[in-house]
Amino acid sequence: MLKAADLGAIRAIITRAKRWDLFFAVLGLLSLMVGVLTFTVLFLDMAIQGVPRLSLDFFTNFPSRRAENAGILSAWVGTILVMLVTALAAVPLGVAAGVYLEEYAPKNWITDIIEINISNLAGIPSIVYGLLALGLFVYYFGFGQSILSAGLTLALLILPVIIVATRESIRAIPQSIHEGSYACGATTWQTVSDHILPYSSAGILTGVIIGMARAIGETAPIITIGALTFIAFLPPMPFAGDPAAGMFEWIFAPFTVMPIQMFNWTSRPEAAFTVNAAAAGFVLVFMTLAMNGLAIYLRYHLRKNIKW
Amino acid sequence: MTASASLKLPVPTGVSDRLKRKLSRNLKERVIESILFAAAAFSVFVTIAIVWVLVKESWAFFEHVPVTDFLFDTQWTPLFDDAHYGIMVLLSGTLTSSGVALVVAIPLGTIIAIYLSEFAGFKLREIAKPFLELLGGVPTIVYGYFALTFLTPILQKIYPDLPGFNLLSAGLVMGVMIIPYVASLSEDAMRAVPMSLREGSYAMGATRLQTALWVVTPAATSGIASAYILGISRAVGETMILAVAAGMQPNLTFNPAEPGATITSYIVQVALGDLPHGSIGYQTIFAAGLTLLLMTLAFNLLGYWLRKRFREVY
Repeated sequence: MLKAADLGAIRAIITRAKRWDLFFAVLGLLSLMVGVLTFTVLFLDMAIQGVPRLSLDFFTNFPSRRAENAGILSAWVGTILVMLVTALAAVPLGVAAGVYLEEYAPKNWITDIIEINISNLAGIPSIVYGLLALGLFVYYFGFGQSILSAGLTLALLILPVIIVATRESIRAIPQSIHEGSYACGATTWQTVSDHILPYSSAGILTGVIIGMARAIGETAPIITIGALTFIAFLPPMPFAGDPAAGMFEWIFAPFTVMPIQMFNWTSRPEAAFTVNAAAAGFVLVFMTLAMNGLAIYLRYHLRKNIKW
Repeated sequence: MTASASLKLPVPTGVSDRLKRKLSRNLKERVIESILFAAAAFSVFVTIAIVWVLVKESWAFFEHVPVTDFLFDTQWTPLFDDAHYGIMVLLSGTLTSSGVALVVAIPLGTIIAIYLSEFAGFKLREIAKPFLELLGGVPTIVYGYFALTFLTPILQKIYPDLPGFNLLSAGLVMGVMIIPYVASLSEDAMRAVPMSLREGSYAMGATRLQTALWVVTPAATSGIASAYILGISRAVGETMILAVAAGMQPNLTFNPAEPGATITSYIVQVALGDLPHGSIGYQTIFAAGLTLLLMTLAFNLLGYWLRKRFREVY
């Protein structure tokens, strides 16, 4: 038999627990808001300062000692060329490694080492990749402070991202697809090239875009290889020049990229350059947001459409 | 699979085309498999190359500088005539800024993870998770700019003695940058806890908060711990926010309201100048990088051990 006093006590406990529950729900929303708010303020602050500076001239001018004449031509061209090298190096390597680990790798210690190693690589700070590139690409291989060195550095950096994305999208393909293919007499490679790769390509693409978005914003490793911050000329046109030798002149050219240009402007004391930094930052954030947004859209679209 | 066996087959003349095709097919399979294996093994080569480069240059550095000086000297002035190489100075900057960042990122990240996994409805989660990903995708140089030109002036209004470059504002912004990593991984770990545990808890009359704190969180400890470890190694390795907003003067301090250099921002500072290849100044950045690598390696191992130690299997 419950006494009225006990009932009251139990009710009090329930009310208190519910109050805490509500309190935490509010706290959770507030914490989420801290993230959302920071991002909004960051974006708006940069937009307010930088957007008035955005004009066609800003995109077609070289950097300059006079803030109002300075532009990001060499920076965005450099970014595109570096990204080209990065994609050409990282995508085939990453996808091949991912396919091997999912479809071929036997269960043995070599595979274990490769897997542990990849997850470790993902945890290494980006600046350490910069040091690797400085010692290996710039001096040991003699590539110098070139587009090639920078592109390869970023390729190593995003390799784990692409490998993991490839593996995850391959794993999402049902086992029955494999079995069906093998039952028809296909070899492993035929199964991979005719079924696994086409079906996982959208997922792999998502991973590649996320990796490239990360690479576009990476500053530290590229500064570490000694990229110049003031470049008032463009590298030669890719694949234009005379065949063979001239076609690849561009990969050994000095360069600058968007984040380095922004860093350069941010570290100058004059207020006018801060405005330039804001404008460059706005373009940079816009680029990464567009890429990440595309990746998120692709993934969302994918999940809705594919029904095995 | 059967390639080696079929390669040894004697191929008499007049054998059917099918067998010949099988032979070339197996050969092709083998070649492709080796290429793919090479791609996967390449990642091991990257690790070896990192260790080799860092150890080689650091070795040259430690031929000039005794390890005891490196570890116990309280000054870091490698480019002065009276050179001192006390890594402690840079470590103090790294630890202070990371400490500030973690004070922000771990509580907020954990609360967001619990909220998204146990409280929020499906719709909110579907919006919030991609948004968090976007937050983690913003280039760090942009965060650095934000810390220097937006947060520092605000903090200076509250605390007027704060210098223009300081570890505090860099650390705070770094904390916000790390929130998505901590929140996203912790949430994944919590969502992996089987529903039956929650249902048991609800059936006992527990509220959502009680279930989250006393049932779900303990069950997800190993995943949450590795989320924290990832957050820590992000903080320790973060470069541009500190290079932009914390100043780059080496400063042996644990006071976040002072400017300071970290291991990473020192490397950037040296790389921006043009030190000749092979000079002692050039070698210092590799010694600093090796220290950084060893720290992150230690955290990774700790994370690995925590995952094994606290893993719950259902």
